Amino acid sequence: MPAKGVTTTTIEAPAQEHRPATGGGSVDIDQASRVFRGRRGELHALAGVSLRVRPGEIVAIVGPSGCGKTTLLELICGLQTPDEGSVQAAPAALMPQRDLLLPWLSALDNAGVALRARGASKASARAQAAPWFTRLGLEGFESARPAELSGGMRQRVSFLRSLLAGKPVLALDEPFASLDALTRAEMQGWLADMLSAEPRTVVLVTHDVEEAVLLADRVVVMSARPGRVIADLQVPLPRPRHRTDPDLVALRAQALRELGVPG
Amino acid sequence: MRLLSGLSRGLRPLPALLLLAAFLGAWELYVDLGGVDPLVLPPPHAVASALFHDRGLLWSNLKTTAGEILAGIAVAITVAFVLSVAIHLSGTARRALLPLLIASQTLPIVIIAPLLILWLGFSFVPRLVVIALVAFFPLVITTLDALEAVDPDLIKLMRTFDATRLRTFRQIELPAVLPGLFTGAKLAAVFSVIGAVFAEQAGATHGLGYLLTIAVYQLLVPEAWAAVTVLSLFAIALFALISLLERRAVPWAHHTKGEPAK
Repeated sequence: MPAKGVTTTTIEAPAQEHRPATGGGSVDIDQASRVFRGRRGELHALAGVSLRVRPGEIVAIVGPSGCGKTTLLELICGLQTPDEGSVQAAPAALMPQRDLLLPWLSALDNAGVALRARGASKASARAQAAPWFTRLGLEGFESARPAELSGGMRQRVSFLRSLLAGKPVLALDEPFASLDALTRAEMQGWLADMLSAEPRTVVLVTHDVEEAVLLADRVVVMSARPGRVIADLQVPLPRPRHRTDPDLVALRAQALRELGVPG
Repeated sequence: MRLLSGLSRGLRPLPALLLLAAFLGAWELYVDLGGVDPLVLPPPHAVASALFHDRGLLWSNLKTTAGEILAGIAVAITVAFVLSVAIHLSGTARRALLPLLIASQTLPIVIIAPLLILWLGFSFVPRLVVIALVAFFPLVITTLDALEAVDPDLIKLMRTFDATRLRTFRQIELPAVLPGLFTGAKLAAVFSVIGAVFAEQAGATHGLGYLLTIAVYQLLVPEAWAAVTVLSLFAIALFALISLLERRAVPWAHHTKGEPAK
């Protein structure tokens, strides 16, 4: 179980300069295993995974499909408990792979869902979410329904919703997997900017190795099922990073080699 | 659901009126030229004249029946909502209730209605029970389907946002259930009219179903058809009214998608 610690902010009066949970908490996973027992026998999702994330660190987890990445995130978020080993994590908010915006709410109200979930009034949730719309390039779309937003905009609203949950840890589950290549590149740049302005502890699950080296301080490579950590690469590159930087390209190639992809 | 919203869009009057006119014309010709005894099958003009002559009687009986139907649907919606939520939230409730609900729909209403009146007395109550009994089942099924269609990942997401189960229900499941509730209400609107006729046949002193029964017994065939016509028109009006409310209440469920922004 994750430590049900105190969140580092109180979300009360709408602040002009609202900064929920800056900095971040740590994540400490020790030899965690997770087995799903189904009708067709046992499925070993994770086998003895250890992962340490320091406060404020951005860690990307890459691996083939079915390496238990999503299970790992759910362990961090306290949605599952390990069968063996332990998980100690500061409170974490999930940003799901699909945006899961509510079709009946405006973009502004969708962004405020996490605040409402903790009992904020509609007006207070709106007041807290509204200043972010400018920063996220969503100005003018406050009252738009999700169906009227582009894929990139929907992901930004989804990100804001998780950010406003005010948790020290953000668990991002392949946040841009559903976007086209151009929008994805744009959103990666945007996320890098957001995270340098709003530092958090971030666990980013992705199958895009370039995304991992572009955004993360560390890239953890996992094997196919049962998932285990097979490499842990530091990314000691200054920011802002560019995908054409030779050092970044070299690291990307190294991560791909660890994954068993030639080239 | 698409079928039903298509149907409600199809209620735009012109094509339906043309089809109706053709149908009535064919009926009229069949009775006039086909040598059918007008006592057995009255021609449409006889029904129209009965409609006109009995308009006061039909109107006052419609008010009774409409009141029963609206009350029956209200009861059905309440019961269906409570039952669906219970079934959705609890596996035990599902295993206990669902078979009984299905069994309730195999009760032959024509036989049950008089028994209910015997038991509950000659009053509004047994009629309400009969109407609610035929109306609640489609409501339970469509409401339950809407609840089951809620993405489980959304429930997980709300948990990472520290939402209590009650808040998750209010924020996610309650709005998500509305389209299903409306689809069910449209089905219920039609079924409840049939239920009302059975209920009034079994024991009533007023209402279109009662009127229909009396007219048939006395071989007042055009008058019987007039009562059927009023019932049909009422069902159509009720269906259209619910469709209208649906558009107001759940605009997101109708593909009113604007051009996606870039």
